[in-house]
Amino acid sequence: MTYSDPNISQTPQPIIEIKNLKKWFGGLQVLQDLSLKLFAHENLVVLGKSGSGKSVLIKCIVKLLHPDQGSITVMGEDVTRLHNNDLAALRQKIGFLFQSGALYDSMTIKQNLEFPLKRIRKNLSKKERDEKIEEVLENVGLLNTMHKMPSELSGGMRKRASLARTIVVDPLVMLYDEPTTGLDPATSDEISLLINEVQTKYKTSSIIITHDIECARATADRLIMLKDGEVYLEGSIDAFERSPDALIKSFFK
Amino acid sequence: MKKIISVRRIIPKPPNIKKHAIKLSETTLDKKQKANVFFSEVGVFFLFLWITTRAAFSREFEFNEFLRQCYQIGNKTLPLISVTGLVIGLVLTIQSRPVLVDFGAESMLPAMVALSIIREMGPVVTGLICAGKIGSGMGAELGAMKVSEQIDAMEVSSINPVRFLVVPRVLAATLMIPILVLYADALGILGSWAGANIKGNVTFVLFFSQAFSAIGFMDLFPAVIKTFFFGAAIGFVGCFKGYTAGRGTESVGMAANSAVVMASLFVILIDLVAVQITDML
Ligand SMILES: Nc1ncnc2c1ncn2[C@@H]1O[C@H](COP(=O)(O)OP(=O)(O)OP(=O)(O)O)[C@@H](O)[C@H]1O
Ligand SMILES: [Mg+2]
Repeated sequence: MTYSDPNISQTPQPIIEIKNLKKWFGGLQVLQDLSLKLFAHENLVVLGKSGSGKSVLIKCIVKLLHPDQGSITVMGEDVTRLHNNDLAALRQKIGFLFQSGALYDSMTIKQNLEFPLKRIRKNLSKKERDEKIEEVLENVGLLNTMHKMPSELSGGMRKRASLARTIVVDPLVMLYDEPTTGLDPATSDEISLLINEVQTKYKTSSIIITHDIECARATADRLIMLKDGEVYLEGSIDAFERSPDALIKSFFK
Repeated sequence: MKKIISVRRIIPKPPNIKKHAIKLSETTLDKKQKANVFFSEVGVFFLFLWITTRAAFSREFEFNEFLRQCYQIGNKTLPLISVTGLVIGLVLTIQSRPVLVDFGAESMLPAMVALSIIREMGPVVTGLICAGKIGSGMGAELGAMKVSEQIDAMEVSSINPVRFLVVPRVLAATLMIPILVLYADALGILGSWAGANIKGNVTFVLFFSQAFSAIGFMDLFPAVIKTFFFGAAIGFVGCFKGYTAGRGTESVGMAANSAVVMASLFVILIDLVAVQITDML
């Protein structure tokens, strides 16, 4: 990777670096002075109470929302200054799993996966595309629902289908917004395994937003707790489990 | 990479005052702010028009989506337009017959009805029906896609949602509405023939040859041209309202609703302008 030159400094160049990010909605300040780094091949789990701005944070990273202050650098490029083609090129390298799933409800599951694949990986033949789609759907256990519409699936199945749509284009950076919410423990474990598998197989770096401590335990290299729009606590899973702080404890019961 | 990083406790800052400020509600806006809201909407409208035009001239064109939209527009409106077309012809004939009889000009009936259907009634009534049916459909569909983050999902997969969603819809409406208008015109004249046969007895061939003998190029041409504008306006307004819908489910209804109002208004205004221009020719 050209953007990380180990000779320049001892610490590796982060894939994502956020400095002093601030975001307001009208009078409501959701993010205040948030800074974080995501390093190569790392799974960073972001915890935080509902409404603490986790989804807003990762939406700022892909410029779905425009930060009011601060800088966001993704793979060496300042996202806040990118436009049109440059932004599109960067977004192709980022996979984004929406909290709501956001499946295209006028298309079948297969078409949902085909839609980005056709347009981003233009060099694939139809056969290669089909193979890729089947492989990914197999991974999330949805091979037999390939030709169903999203409205015919259960909530958990929709979640998994949208995870499949995110990973089908082999992104370098993954942003997961609550990948296991609403799933049974067995399926959540499978999804956690899948997240780890994606990390090792495609050398991705990921930010994983979750309330599911099992998922955090299984996937996290490092954790961050958000509170009042700032990083409240940062550390390993062990450090979090041993923390005496009441807020942290409430998550790790 | 599973290395342990020491726990770092950050001292919380005092609560921010801005955070507790109440968001301005619609009712507290004074006149100046209301004007600002209006102009910002007008600004967004033209910005969206510019973005759509630019996307329409890009190299990649979503032909399948365009065909799908054409089919949907035809499929949705055909029954309603068939009935309306027939009834308009019928009613116009029944209404105007006594007046024409009074003046001894009954033979003018086919020509008069055909002219008014082709020049005005067909285009405007079809346009208004489509504004209701297609404008609201597009507003609701795109609004729902916006609310459920499907448009955002397209954007993060670096697929231009305007090119995929808006351009095919606007072009489909621009093409289909003129076709629907011509169809409504034809049915209107058929209805008129049926109306003429209630009291009198005219053969189909005679009625049509009388009707069409009165219609010149300058009757048909401006009437057809303006329907392209109707179509473009309906498609664009529907997409604009849907695409700019707010958050939450109620904004889907609002988008559909205001799409109908605005599209109908546009149809009437375009008709007004078209009449003025035709008049000058
Ligand atoms: N587009 C928006 N417009 C206005 N306010 C918004 C918008 N998006 C988020 N907010 C507000 O920002 C705050 C944080 O929202 P966010 O979705 O990031 O929460 P979250 O941490 O993801 O919570 P959850 O765990 O429930 O998903 C909320 O108070 C929400 O009302
Ligand atoms: Mg969220």
